Formats: sequence, C-alpha cells, structure tokens
Amino acid sequence: MSDFNHRVCPATGLRIHKSAENLIKANAVVAIVFLAVGGLFGLLVALTRWPGVHLLPADWFYLALTAHGLDVLLVWIIFFEMAVLYFASAVLLNSRLATPRWAWAAFVLMLVGAAITNVAVLQGNSSVMFTSYVPMQAAPHFYLGLILFAVGALIGCFVFFGTLVVARDEKTYEGSIPLVTFGAMVAAIIAVFTIASGAIILIPTFLWSLGLIGNIDSLMYRTIWWGMGHSSQQINVAAHVSIWYMVAAVVLGAKPLSEKVSRGAFLLYILFLQLASAHHLLADPGLSSEWKIFNTSYAMYLAVLGSMIHGMTVPGSIEAAQRARGFTSGLFGWLRNAPWGNPAFSAMFISLVTFGFLGGISGVVMGVEQINLIIHNTLYVPGHFHATVVLGTTLAFMAATYLLVPLIFQRELIMKKMAMWQPYFFGVGVTGIAVFMMGAGTLGVPRRDWDISGADAMIKFDFPGAAYLMMGLNGMFAILATLGGIMFIVVVVGSLLFGKRTGDKPLEGLTMTTVTEYGSVEHPKIPGTLVLVGVFFVSFILYYFVNWKYLAEVWPLR
Amino acid sequence: MAITPPAERVWWNLPVARSEIIWVIVAFIWGLVMFSAMVYWHLEGEQNLSNEAYRISPEAYMEKATAMVEQYQVGEEAGMPIVHPPPGSEVYLVARLWQWWPIIEFEKGQSYRLHLSSLDWLHGFSLQPVNINLEVHPGYDMVITITPTEAGEFGVVCNEFCGIGHHTMIGKILVTE
Repeated sequence: MSDFNHRVCPATGLRIHKSAENLIKANAVVAIVFLAVGGLFGLLVALTRWPGVHLLPADWFYLALTAHGLDVLLVWIIFFEMAVLYFASAVLLNSRLATPRWAWAAFVLMLVGAAITNVAVLQGNSSVMFTSYVPMQAAPHFYLGLILFAVGALIGCFVFFGTLVVARDEKTYEGSIPLVTFGAMVAAIIAVFTIASGAIILIPTFLWSLGLIGNIDSLMYRTIWWGMGHSSQQINVAAHVSIWYMVAAVVLGAKPLSEKVSRGAFLLYILFLQLASAHHLLADPGLSSEWKIFNTSYAMYLAVLGSMIHGMTVPGSIEAAQRARGFTSGLFGWLRNAPWGNPAFSAMFISLVTFGFLGGISGVVMGVEQINLIIHNTLYVPGHFHATVVLGTTLAFMAATYLLVPLIFQRELIMKKMAMWQPYFFGVGVTGIAVFMMGAGTLGVPRRDWDISGADAMIKFDFPGAAYLMMGLNGMFAILATLGGIMFIVVVVGSLLFGKRTGDKPLEGLTMTTVTEYGSVEHPKIPGTLVLVGVFFVSFILYYFVNWKYLAEVWPLR
Repeated sequence: MAITPPAERVWWNLPVARSEIIWVIVAFIWGLVMFSAMVYWHLEGEQNLSNEAYRISPEAYMEKATAMVEQYQVGEEAGMPIVHPPPGSEVYLVARLWQWWPIIEFEKGQSYRLHLSSLDWLHGFSLQPVNINLEVHPGYDMVITITPTEAGEFGVVCNEFCGIGHHTMIGKILVTE
C-alpha cells in the first residue's frame, strides 16, 4: 500500500508520498496568502498609530486591527502548522499520511471557516478584536467561522497522530521518532487542549450571539478564552523550536547535544505551558493571588525552564556541528563562519536570538503577578508578542519555507540576492516594532487605541512627547518589516511559479556537508554558546529586577 | 540529527554533558527565585491587588456611585461632577461607554477604598502617568485600597478596547497636597 504514489527525495533519501506532499503544499500556500493579507492590515494599523500619519478613520482602524490579529496570529500560523505537522510525521518518518481524505476535509473546513470570519470582519459589524471579549458582540458568523476553523485544525491534529501510528505499525523507521517529530507531537498535544478550550467558550458565545443564551459572564469568558488564546501561542513555541532544530539539522547537519535533555525540555511544555491563561488575568477581579501566582509562573517557571534549555541546546548543537567542520578559531569562529547568506539559516538564527532576548525575557517579566500592574493592556503587551509570535514563530516559519520550496515544491529559489536579504529586513523591522511598542507601553500608551492625543475626548490627557516619538518609530520599522514581508512573498510565490525545477540536488546551495558524527568526542565543547547563554542570563536578571524597582515606585495599593 | 531517529536506540541512558546539567540546574534555581519573589512581594510588597471583589449588578453599583457623588460633590468640569470624598472612605468610579464617572479628588498621602466596576462592556483602568492598570468587568465590584503619593492631575485612560469611542474614554483623578 505504501509502495506506490511516492517519490524518493534525492537529497535525503526519504520517501515522500504524493498525498502528504500535496497537503503540505496546499496548507503552506494558503498560509502564505493569509500572511500577506494579514501583514498588510498590520501595516495599516501601524501607519494609523503613527501620530504624524494617522492613516485610517477610527472605524476602519478597529476593523483592520481585528483582521490583522485574526489573519496572522490565527490563520497564517495554524495553516502553516498543519503543513509542519504533516511534514514532521509523513515525510520525516518516511510514511504515508493517515487518512488523507480527512486531512483534506480539515483543510476545507479551515479555509471555509477563515473565509467566513474574514467576511464577518470586513462587513464592518464585527470589529471586536481577535479576542472578542463579551459582552461586546460580533455577528454570529464571526464565531461560526472560528468554530469551523478550529474543528478543521483539530482533525488535522488527529491525522498527525494517526500518521504516527501508521508509521510505527508499518515500521517505516527504526527506534524512536526524530526530535523534530517529537516537538511537533508536543505542539499537536497542546493544540488539542487549546482547541477544546476554544470550543468550550466559542460555542456558547455563538449561541449567545444568536440569542439562544441570555448571558455569558465576562470573567469566565476571559478565563477560558485565554485557555485557547495563550495556549495556542504555546503550540507556536513548540512548533518553532522544532523548526530551529530542523533547520540546524538540514542546513548544518547539527545533531542535538543530548536527546534526553532536548526531549525533556519539550516534555515540560506539555506539562506546564497550558497554565498560561493566567497571564491575561493578573489584573482582573475575582481570582485569588494564589491561583494567579501558581499559574502565571507555570508552576514555578517549569515551562520557562524548558525554553531556557532549548535556548542553550539549539545554538550549542550548531556550534558543535560548526566546530566539527573545522571552524574552531576563538570563541565565535563557528558563528562568524555560519552561512549568514543562506536565508533558512539567518532567519532561524535571528528568530532564536530575538525570541529569547526580547520575547522571552519580556514575557516572564510581564507575567509576574504584581509587575503586570504596570504593564497590563499597555502597548508593551503587543510589543512582547510581536517578539514572540512574529520574530519567534513567523520568522522560523519563513526559515522552514526556504527549505520546503526545494524539498517539497521541488523548485529552486529565484532572486537569491533578495532572498538572502529578506530575513534581515524582516528581522530588523519587527525588532524595531517590538522594542518601540514596549517602550511606548512603559510610558503608559494603551493598546488598541486609535488616537492617544484624545482630540475627540471631553477630558484630555497628554502623553509625554517620547511616547509620540516611539509611535512614529514603530510606524517606520513597520514599513521596514512590511518590505521584508513583501520580499518573502515575492521570492516564495515567484519561486513556486517560475523557479527552476530542482533535479537530483534540491538542496544545493542551501546546505553544507552534513556532519552526523563528532568523531570520538562524546561531549563536544561549546564555549561560545556558554558565553551567549551567560549574556542572556545576566540581561534577564537585570531586566527582571529593574522592573521590580519600577513597580516599587508606583502608588501603594493593596 | 534532529530530523532522523536517534542514532543510539537507547538514547535515554546516554550521559549528559556537564555544561548542560549546570545550565538546567541554574535555570531551575532562577525559576525558584522568581517564584519566591512573587510570594515575598505578595506578603511584604506595597503594590498588590487586594483579591477583594464582589458580584454586583450595574444598577446597584450605579446607585452607590450616585449616592457618593451627591454626598461629596465639590465642583464640576465639562459636565462631569468632581467629588472630594473623605480619606478612608468608599470611593466609586464608574466605567461606561465612554466615560469614567465622576472626577475624583484625593488627598496626597491618604488611603481610599477605590471601587471599580463597569455598567456595560469590559473597560481598562489605566492611571497615567503613574501607570497602574486594572481590568474592569461588568458585574464585578473590584476594591483596591490606594494611597496617592504625589499631588497633581492624573489621567484615567481606557486601555481595554470598548468599541468605536474607546479612544475618547478618558477620565481624571486629582490629588491635592
């Protein structure tokens, strides 16, 4: 049964089944279309919040912001994750995909759901933001589309689990599943929890919007909705960390320093990441401090521990591979001689560094129960999650795309120079967005606000000039990031349409000679990584305590 | 490699490098430190949420706020009453589409029991430029004991999206010497 309908990948020797390949293509292409749409909405949002430009009128601004969150945070990322799940199961395990028909049903449901919710938003009476907090009400089909999308994604997860079973049954691989597949499995397990939370809250909300349920409690809504909203970001973390390992493996032949440690770190994600719904409820009434402290810290920071471990083992495995290849000079010779001109590598490495330094540290700090008082709902929050979701997840997915184009679509990249520069444009642009939004947030600028000057308000409040400056800089860097985004779309879509078909060597120019053995060295030396980790740790400690100091300066309250 | 099954079948028994073990221990201890910091601040810190909240209907909340305004009104600005409640008293701030009602005058260094609740949708209490931010729900009366430490005029900006007039929802708190 698994002997026909497949090709053998000339680069990796893996059997790639037609059904899996087509599904990966379809999901990835739709994902990229929504990235383009949602990204442009994001540009409109940033240009409106740039006080000197103030592009859109208020109603269009809130509409664009709702569409931006929906299309990039949800649709782009989940569609791409479906492609990653099918790749990590069927392709990496050398197997056929379980029930491709169900996978297509999942694809259609997700596409229809995404389209319905987008229509609801564009019709103008569902500008309720991505979070759609009750008692503010959207049109019923806004919720219906989300529910269909979620059901589709859930089916996709089960196709992934089914494929793991099929591969094991048909003995398509030996021993344990690869680390990347393990990470994808972690993502899928978290996804099931996430989608269940979404169903529990969105189905009653849908019925409420139809008038069949009288009342939805706003605190209950926020508590359960964030069981989906934050946990879905943990799907992303598990998925993009897997991609870091994958890119390091494909491009540099890096192998994990220790399977045990890396898998253990992923395991911590399954056990503790889902507690993070509390991050959004720290400034809410009616929840006890005990509940908040335990949940917001993922039970004593055990999921943060997982990420800090990956933060060492991913660059550590790259350093080990580079040193094995002969780049042994000094502390950072391995890094200087890394393939910085290869967009898969540079996108992955920028994602790794910025996710850790900007997204990780800011996330832990704002997740402190009390420090959240000086951050909650300010622009600091979107500043933080642009560092995690855009720099972390989206940039990692872009890195993965640069490998999927030759491996799965079997096309060479066109415009290689533009591809080479793309991760830098996008990375620097989004870093600016994240930093300046966080800066404006520390000055008290609210998120989701059309005009901070209060021109139409009866009572005025003047934000400091520095806040306006930061909003302007945010707009400028958003333009840079958009350029990076357009370059990505042009290169990828152009390559799919006009790229030369790859022959026997699809990865030529993308990878170096693979190093799978580190000789007799049992534990390769990684001094450069240790220095980087030390710098990270010191920054983390300093920034953490500086924010306690800021908190100590505000009016006492209890 | 990370994309192939582990080369050694029994990978879970392989020894782990010392640098990795040390980092795991350091990161774990740092987690305990950060956890303890929250517990410590909860017991000893000056800035904590009270955990005090009551269920209340919007009508009942508005009634209490109106009674307070009638009792303590000292002036008016832009059609909005200014109240000067005595230190230590119960102060009610109403959040509604799209205003913070009324304007409250505190005395510096005195403590007040500030109540926050919404009459309609979710709102965000953001005291600027102090930068204290709280979520305001309909149906929940959140009580915090707050002690202004500086005199002046402060803005109350709404930072939870509440519809098309969200950006116009700005209120005021005054603190006198």
